[in-house]
Amino acid sequence: MKPTWRPGRWLIILPPLIFLLVFFLIPFAFAFKISFAEAAPHVPPFTDVFSFTPDHHLRLALSLGNYRYLLTDEVYGVAYLYSLRTAFFSTLICLALGYPMAYAIARSPRSAQGLLLLIIMLPFWTSFLLRVYALEGIIRDNGFLNTLLLHLGLISHPLRIMRTSLAVYIGIVYSYLPFMVLPLFATLEKLDPLLLEAAADLGSTPRRAFVDITLPLSLPGVIAGSMLVFIPAVGEFVIPSLLGGPNNLMIGRVLWDEFFGNHDWPVASAVAIGFLLLLAGPIAIYQYYSVRQLEA
Amino acid sequence: MEQRSPAALLTVLFFGIAMLSLPILVLIGYSFNASPLVNVWGGFSTAWYGELLHNRQLLQAALLSLEVALTASTGAVLLGTLAAIALVRFARFRGRLLLTGMVNAPLVMPEIITGITQLLLFVSMVQLFSWPHRGFTTIVLSHITFCTAYVTITVQSRLQAADRSLEEAAMDLGASPARAFLEVTLPIISPAIISSWLLCFTLSLDDLVISSFVAGPGASTLPMVIYSKVKLGVSPDINALASLIVCAVGVCIITAGYLMTRSDRRRAREVQLAGR
Repeated sequence: MKPTWRPGRWLIILPPLIFLLVFFLIPFAFAFKISFAEAAPHVPPFTDVFSFTPDHHLRLALSLGNYRYLLTDEVYGVAYLYSLRTAFFSTLICLALGYPMAYAIARSPRSAQGLLLLIIMLPFWTSFLLRVYALEGIIRDNGFLNTLLLHLGLISHPLRIMRTSLAVYIGIVYSYLPFMVLPLFATLEKLDPLLLEAAADLGSTPRRAFVDITLPLSLPGVIAGSMLVFIPAVGEFVIPSLLGGPNNLMIGRVLWDEFFGNHDWPVASAVAIGFLLLLAGPIAIYQYYSVRQLEA
Repeated sequence: MEQRSPAALLTVLFFGIAMLSLPILVLIGYSFNASPLVNVWGGFSTAWYGELLHNRQLLQAALLSLEVALTASTGAVLLGTLAAIALVRFARFRGRLLLTGMVNAPLVMPEIITGITQLLLFVSMVQLFSWPHRGFTTIVLSHITFCTAYVTITVQSRLQAADRSLEEAAMDLGASPARAFLEVTLPIISPAIISSWLLCFTLSLDDLVISSFVAGPGASTLPMVIYSKVKLGVSPDINALASLIVCAVGVCIITAGYLMTRSDRRRAREVQLAGR
């Protein structure tokens, strides 16, 4: 293209670049700074990290106390580990359920695909909060599931699901399953059926062809879907808060309580920074694959 | 890859779909229950819907949420489309990698982290510039931030698929690059822009965590009010409200899907005609 639009380029690039820089990236710098402050009973409720002494010298008041607190108080370690474990197993369940679903949709006739995708997408568009609330209506002690099972005589006492780890797992799988199915479908749909035919012609069994061809080619979808489930699930707040019990302390909930319950903003910032370090690897993997897929 | 699927695959698909839709269907069913007891069916009634109209707190929160969603989705569409144009059309510029990263990261960043970091930014900005005050403005700014990502991703893929030669033809006929873009390419990507606006609208209307952090003490959005009610247990008027929202969102997504497929079909037809 002719390079006639040169000055106009920056009118297009700069607005989103500056906006995201100021409202997405720079906030992390502030959180990092405030994680070294101390809680103080004024507005805003923390001490200044940088300040000027009366003779115009910069004074740096760094407090490592918050991080020491994170390392010594058991609650945080337990919550980080519990969140990672819950997110990991939820991701595996989503994958085990989502892969066959995406595969079946990709193999169904084109006319049915649109409708099936719409049904998968519908909850993706429906309010997250309301879906978790709707799930509560199913798994409550006197909810739909228990009423149905009692009615059919399959159980004599209502199953206790609410306020357990199981409820948190059901909640995460239910809420994040579409995030797994959609990227998987996107890669499986692009798969050339000729490759499978060629494999069959050369004597591969369908199972062998699946392992040798379909699975490796759908790997980018597996990774994208897994990251889209795993990363937000680690930081999930609504699900453990509404469905989980007091033992299901996920890190998002700890951060929320630190912030809204204890009003300790510096500790909450330190929890967030620690959390971000924990997720840096998975986020980088996701970025790498999504950028590669978009630019391809 | 169209093939017949074995029964086992279809069973998993059916089970997954049932699992995804059942809770919502049951919720809508409960919302017409005359009995305030959730496990007793007391006959069909629309009383809970009437009750909503008298709940001043809910109405006020709904109004704030609608205002926020309208403003934020419009802002996000503007910024997100610009970012998409920049990433697709300008192969090399300083800050390209940064922009790509900042567009993709909010999609996976846990909301609780975005929420707390943005609040700390706003609080520090108030100290420095005495702006923005927590409430409508801060909620809109943070919603624009996470919505922009969705717009860019949607518009970016549509823009990549758009035929560049049409625009070049317009320029050969004397149109300026800006005019060629606005008159040729913009109509082609407009379904993606409209559907991403609708997506942003629903995302903004739905956000609880980020809003809770940045809203400040005075303002409450609809999800914040719903959360505080739901925390106390199931209540029948929330069932009614939830059903209304689900239906509204359903209409939005079907409209968006219709717009996207209609323009796809029309484009396919035009390509076919042009090929003859």
